[in-house]
Amino acid sequence: MRKPLVAFVLVAAMNQFISPITTAEEFVPAAMAAIPQQPLFNRDVRPILSDNCFACHGPDSGHRQADLRLDLRDNAIQSSAITPGELDASEMIARIITTDADLIMPPPESNKKLSPRDIEILRRWVQQGAVYQNHWAYEPPVKPETPTDKNAVDALVQARLAAEGLKPSPQTDRRTLIRRLYFDLLGLVPTADEVSQFVNDPAEDAYEKLVERVLASAHYGERMAIGWLDVVRFADTIGYHSDTPRNVWPYRDWVINSFNQNKPFDRFTIEQIAGDLLPDANLESRVGSAFNRLLLSTEEGGAQSKDYESRMLTDRVRAIGSVWLGQTTGCAQCHDHKFDPISMRDFYNLGAFFADIQEPIIGRREDGMLVTTEDQDAELKRLDVAIAGTKKAFAAVEPNLDIAQSQWEADIIDYQVTLPELATDSKASAPDKKTAQSVADALKKEASTRTPQESAAIKSYYRDRVAKLFKAERDAVVKAESDRKSFHDSLPKCLVSVSTTNRRTVRMLPRGDWMNETGEVVKPALPHYLPQPDFGDRELTRLDLANWIVSRDNPLTARTVMNRLWKQLFGTGLSKVLDDLGAQGEPPVNPEVLDWLAVEFMDSGWDMKHMVRAIVTSETYKQVSTDSPELKAADPDNRLAGRQSPFRLDAELIRDFALSVSGLMEDKIGGPSVKPYQPDGYWENLNFPVRQYAADGGPAQYRRGLYTWWQRSFLHPSMLAFDAPSREECVAERNRSNIPQQALVLLNDPSYVEAARVFATRIVTECQGDDSQRIVWAWQQALQRDPREEELKVAFDLVAQHSKIYQENPAAAESLLAVGQTKLPDGIDKVQTATWTHIARVLLNLHESITRP
Amino acid sequence: MMNMKPIGYNAQTRRSFLGRASQGLSAVALSSLLAPNVATAAPSLGIFAAGTPLPQKAKRVIWLTMAGGPSQLETFDPKPKLGELHGQPMPESLTKGQQLAQLQGQKLTCFAPQHPFTAFGKNNIEICSLFPQIGSVIDDICFIRSMTTDAINHDPAHMFMNTGSQIAGRPSMGSWVTYGLGAQSSDLPGFVVLTSLGRGGQNQPIAGRQWSSGFLPSRYQGVQLRSKGDPVLYLTSPGGISKDQQNADIAAINQLNGHHAELVDDPEIATRIAQYEMAFQMQASVPDLMDVKNETNETLDLYGCKPGDGSFAANCLLARRLAERGVRFIQLYHKDWDHHGGVKDGVALKAEEIDRACMALITDLKQRGMFEETLIVWAGEFGRTPMSQGGSGRDHHNKAMTVWLAGAGIRGGMVHGATDELGYAATENVCTVHDLHATMLNQLGIRHDAFSVKFQGLDAKLTGVEGAKVITDILT
Repeated sequence: MRKPLVAFVLVAAMNQFISPITTAEEFVPAAMAAIPQQPLFNRDVRPILSDNCFACHGPDSGHRQADLRLDLRDNAIQSSAITPGELDASEMIARIITTDADLIMPPPESNKKLSPRDIEILRRWVQQGAVYQNHWAYEPPVKPETPTDKNAVDALVQARLAAEGLKPSPQTDRRTLIRRLYFDLLGLVPTADEVSQFVNDPAEDAYEKLVERVLASAHYGERMAIGWLDVVRFADTIGYHSDTPRNVWPYRDWVINSFNQNKPFDRFTIEQIAGDLLPDANLESRVGSAFNRLLLSTEEGGAQSKDYESRMLTDRVRAIGSVWLGQTTGCAQCHDHKFDPISMRDFYNLGAFFADIQEPIIGRREDGMLVTTEDQDAELKRLDVAIAGTKKAFAAVEPNLDIAQSQWEADIIDYQVTLPELATDSKASAPDKKTAQSVADALKKEASTRTPQESAAIKSYYRDRVAKLFKAERDAVVKAESDRKSFHDSLPKCLVSVSTTNRRTVRMLPRGDWMNETGEVVKPALPHYLPQPDFGDRELTRLDLANWIVSRDNPLTARTVMNRLWKQLFGTGLSKVLDDLGAQGEPPVNPEVLDWLAVEFMDSGWDMKHMVRAIVTSETYKQVSTDSPELKAADPDNRLAGRQSPFRLDAELIRDFALSVSGLMEDKIGGPSVKPYQPDGYWENLNFPVRQYAADGGPAQYRRGLYTWWQRSFLHPSMLAFDAPSREECVAERNRSNIPQQALVLLNDPSYVEAARVFATRIVTECQGDDSQRIVWAWQQALQRDPREEELKVAFDLVAQHSKIYQENPAAAESLLAVGQTKLPDGIDKVQTATWTHIARVLLNLHESITRP
Repeated sequence: MMNMKPIGYNAQTRRSFLGRASQGLSAVALSSLLAPNVATAAPSLGIFAAGTPLPQKAKRVIWLTMAGGPSQLETFDPKPKLGELHGQPMPESLTKGQQLAQLQGQKLTCFAPQHPFTAFGKNNIEICSLFPQIGSVIDDICFIRSMTTDAINHDPAHMFMNTGSQIAGRPSMGSWVTYGLGAQSSDLPGFVVLTSLGRGGQNQPIAGRQWSSGFLPSRYQGVQLRSKGDPVLYLTSPGGISKDQQNADIAAINQLNGHHAELVDDPEIATRIAQYEMAFQMQASVPDLMDVKNETNETLDLYGCKPGDGSFAANCLLARRLAERGVRFIQLYHKDWDHHGGVKDGVALKAEEIDRACMALITDLKQRGMFEETLIVWAGEFGRTPMSQGGSGRDHHNKAMTVWLAGAGIRGGMVHGATDELGYAATENVCTVHDLHATMLNQLGIRHDAFSVKFQGLDAKLTGVEGAKVITDILT
């Protein structure tokens, strides 16, 4: 603590000022916050100590006060801060209950204050012996016993509910279920037919069959990729300053394909961190290793290499922490972590793993590795053969060219001819003059005394500038070479990891200051506080890091990944803070479920589809998402999964919804990123170079949201409005906001207006009934249900209102139907189509439409 | 909150809503969560920390960002000694081992201030003679000549100035302020950004992250008002849809959402209904805001701008209009201050673009009785070297820069802090960006050290973890 510990006499004297603890109910409204009779260190005590005490009395040696650590039991006891079982002899207790402003802990200037509940928990815990536990996330996960005849998730969730005196909710209806499953695993709304088939499927295993169909869909990979692309900060541009493009989209397709192939998650991980170092490294694994290149970089003039070398190292260490370990490693850049055992040395040790990656620190990224299909390889080969053929044809006539060259040389020398570029009135460019001058100089020398370079210069000058002979053959070579180049230029390329033996030196940077080169040089090493094999003296590589991350030694990875999967399927993680399983995160609300998932994940060979299946086939997943009064009172945030939770769709999926309901969606997987319509001038603040945005034409305009061009500094505004992150940093959890810009996007963005009018075309052409029938049909397309009576009335009135307006003003109908690139079908009734565009538009805007049920 | 049901219509829902909120956010923002986007100021500023509530001097901030890094030596920091040493080597004692940008490792030569300085005001404060209009209101202005920053490249330096951190993903100060105090306007965003280009062509890029809400909810992000096209993105209804038709569709959407809410009891629906109404109101209020035709000729002459010309002066006028309408944080970016070469003519051009406008903004606010409740800050992202770059320019510099503040409890007609005699480093009353933020928050009635949000396990603050101080010397 801040001040020397006071003598025990004083402690005893202070005790008379202890006021009786007020009953908890006065302070804590929620029923779950009752004070436990037997507080547990991990669940109850550590969060209090970590948040209030560890900053000065925890792992960070640099800031530690009074040489006291409360995160270590021995140290706390030795310092008399804690005397197990004896409240009166525990200085910590005295300090948190005193009324003396000079003595009270936490000190007032920290702006921390213990609640009476916190104090009572600490008192009971000390009274009961101050039993510490290792931090839950650093202990190996252990699979809890579950009945063999029951889904394990259900068994564990329901046991926990029962312990709280709660019951699970009923199973939801089939329409809701298929819509939930489609949104969660495909990111798409099912068609009316798909819903009706499932609803009417009499088979007992109708749902299980549906799950298998969904898992086999190529859209599964697209949906699963979205969260992964956030957490690895995938984007099409470099991020800093000019924010120029770079080639990385093949990595995005690699992620999609990996999920679709159900690539084991350990292999998936290893390819990303060390796909280039694998003994069986291939094109695919190397594309995976693009992960190491996804960080921010700069082309700013005046940027300092050392500065950005440090930024890139720290960026990578933070990424490993966010993506796999669920650790806020970034905190240890300048000092030992204040709450977790991550030391500053651990931080730089981790950074040193990446010191072998070949890359420019400042400036333009390279084009990257060719990522070709077999057909493209064959075409490249064909073009190579074509070049060889033309060269051969040229070689056949080449000796004649050499004879002609000798004659030309002799003429130049004999008649002292000045090369045209060197004539006094020459308009040749400076480089051309320079070339000609060096040729002229070489020609002055005896042929036998010329250097090989000089001879080559003469030859190439003669052939390029002088000879008119064999032009057809020569042109054929040039054309074949240019054909190959343009084909090569058009091929996909991807930044990937390439290892160099010329490793960067990694130093600890005191206080994170890159100017300071006094820090110790460090080697790659794993975090000291986590279990790891003995590597001996061997220098560790990225492959060692990758293997360890997905080894049974590491207690964090499987938990981190399963926690994120739970969030995708229930709306909130089992441990709410997805990127921090450390002391400042949240102990899981149901640790047994998280551990069962983590161990099952590893036992299954890191089989992601198996885990998805295990969860989505559970009764827990299939519950209704409406509250019961009991659950609402006991678990208002639904942390115990006594029901399902509705939540808004992610940005990409809102776009997908409009595209698919309107029938516009281009159903292709993968490919270069695409540019949907974007307001003019939105990129006006970009520079070096100034950029114009050109929206794609044709099918590329109607690709799913996840293929949107990801411009880090100016992400597409409709994506931004719905909380898509800029991906400048790793993001494990997106905000889910509800802001007026979302209404403006859905109402006025041309992408959504076009979707509405094309949807209207469908309504008008595909449904031949009266207004009521058309409304029902439209409702079925968007929501896969019939409108309720009051909805029918709203829609009916709206049709009448707009119809009247467009009949009186057909030009307005024309104008509305002109939004977007899609052509109107010939002969369609424009007044009607414009009218129904409003119904379509209203449907695309509904809360129900953009909410996963 | 317009037509939405009060969120408290079901006591349990309300409590769970608060419970959920308070897990992620500190109690500070509860008022604005209760009334999303439309919150009036927090009822009691005492909630910002235990202890005495701070008086709120500023109701809003107008932050004039001079992007590119203005040279303090051709603006507000007179250095005659540098003129005497023009062309001579820079004393190594000053520069050894220091962080430089493009000049790193090069020969360092003193470069004289390129314009004369003139004394203004009752305290004879010397500023560059290019800024006579600012000089005319100098008794309302406080210069801090000892400001420093951590970063030395544009992008990280803007991030540091805006968020207090060089790592992306932190909330911008405008987001912090609207998060803490809520908006006072029911039909405009709480945090608005305007940008303008300079005529010199050195218009450095500015990333959208500079006004991002980072880990705070998106409703606190800055909304850019654009001078061309839709002032707010997607503000205009599609062609062929009249205002009445738009209104009818929104009414239908809200009715249908209302019916849905009765079945599913999801509090997000009430918020969505309110947001659609807000969007509809913005479709009217933003064009009204942008339309300056009701401004008098005297006002237009004061600023020296033509309506809608997209200039810095026009943006200053818009800033006043935004302030009148209750916008909490108004940030202007004027670009083109990156004078690696041609600093003499470059700054002269900038002075033409900003001098009158800055004076006009102060004068206009004073005339309307708003000056005393508006904090104006003028600042770049870093300063520039006293050493020459290429014989006519100056490089980026983070050891010294001048910023100025006015209004809202700031002492006018004063200079705080000083640099050494060559203007290389701040030496007296050295201030940091975090100090500047702390001072701004203080004037807004917010205790900077208690104003935090949990993020990645930390109590993240605008003023960082290293500690910051309110610059009390400059306060009335």
